[in-house]
Amino acid sequence: MLFFSILFFAGSVAFAQAQTAAGEPGVLATLAKWTPLLFHGFLFNIAISVFSMALGSLFGVVLGIFLISRRVQVERPAYWFMQIFRNAPWLVLMFFVMYLTPFQFHTPFGTIPFPDWIKATVGLALPVMANVSEIFRGGVVSLPYTQWEAAQSLGFDYLQTLRLIIVPQAVKRMLPPWMNLYAILTQSTTLASILGVTEVLTLTRNVLGAEGRTELLMPFYGYVLVWFFLYCYPIAVYTKRLERRFSVAS
Amino acid sequence: MLHGFEMTVWLSIVTIAASTLIGVIGVWLLGTRWRIVRQIITAYVQFFRNTPPLVQLYFFFFALSPLLSTHSADGLRHPLLNNVFWASLSLSLFAGAFNVEIFRSGIEAIPRTTLEAAESLGFSRLQSFVRIMFPLAFRIGLPAFTNNIVNLVKTTSLAYAIAVPELLYASSQIWSDELNVPEMMVFILIAYIILVAIVVWAMELIEKRLRIPGYGL
Repeated sequence: MLFFSILFFAGSVAFAQAQTAAGEPGVLATLAKWTPLLFHGFLFNIAISVFSMALGSLFGVVLGIFLISRRVQVERPAYWFMQIFRNAPWLVLMFFVMYLTPFQFHTPFGTIPFPDWIKATVGLALPVMANVSEIFRGGVVSLPYTQWEAAQSLGFDYLQTLRLIIVPQAVKRMLPPWMNLYAILTQSTTLASILGVTEVLTLTRNVLGAEGRTELLMPFYGYVLVWFFLYCYPIAVYTKRLERRFSVAS
Repeated sequence: MLHGFEMTVWLSIVTIAASTLIGVIGVWLLGTRWRIVRQIITAYVQFFRNTPPLVQLYFFFFALSPLLSTHSADGLRHPLLNNVFWASLSLSLFAGAFNVEIFRSGIEAIPRTTLEAAESLGFSRLQSFVRIMFPLAFRIGLPAFTNNIVNLVKTTSLAYAIAVPELLYASSQIWSDELNVPEMMVFILIAYIILVAIVVWAMELIEKRLRIPGYGL
């Protein structure tokens, strides 16, 4: 796989090099020049993905607890809440948060700024929350119901059963889909560029604008693609391994 | 607004059809004897699955599109293919990669003996794929396939980034004219949810139609 991605990248560089006019710096030199800047942008993407994953998971678990509630008046609203955020496009949710939240909050202790990258994080955390809650529910439901009954007969109350018996067993099953979701989220952080957050894709566009050479377009976008690939592919491989390990042989 | 909605529907239909086709052909090619073909398909699937669709879209539109352009007499570049084409192509390739993966896992779930039985009955490889393996794999992979299609319908909103006049783009034009962001936002959400509901409903219908008696719940 690594071989193929290097091949792909080398091909686009060679192609661009062939089109470079004489007297201009080479494609690889230009790439090397901008790499530190782009790498900062990429780290920013990773930071956004980590923050929104944390935020989304936290709220997702809470929503998931509502989802498995046996009271209809709790479960139904939670269900529709989850469906709305799960079925709306991520980009639309980002627009939602971007345009409909203020850029700063006034509190008695002074104004708290609310920069656009935090908005992007919140915007991405919303669909993550909905998906995590479904993963949580799926994990809990996949356990045999006898576990609940056994816990009840041992005198555990509802929350104790959930915390001490159900969740520790279900966490194993939730892990692979959760990691999948993280990989999807990491890729979705590039959506923030549409809304003007200075992450790697925005920077790439700016760099390309500054260089103003059309033959650079392919190697630069290819370069970003390869980076994301190198970050996400190991996660995908590891997820697959976990899935295989936890799967019940059928 | 209505045009935007039409464009979204059109994009969805085209990309669903194309990505399903890619999935079928891809999984067929995964079964060939030639190792290099299998490796190329695997590379394609892994690459498109593990890179952001937005960057793929930019790559196609900004990097590949200028290569396929003609110069008019005044020296301006005229792309041969418009942004709608590039959006459909890139989204189809993105979703197609997932479809290959879904159908492959479906085929792997079929017991090997089925294929052996088909062979012993004198089916050729193509025949057993078309008549036996794929119909079974499709049924097994149907829930995951539905998921992927729903995801694809939502991903069409990315075409906004290259100014394809779909739902989100049309709405953003309207709210920059009318300054009615909250109303438009709610409208977009409802529109997408209706669209997704239709897709899910249609897929459930197909699922019921294709049910194998005696299997599942």
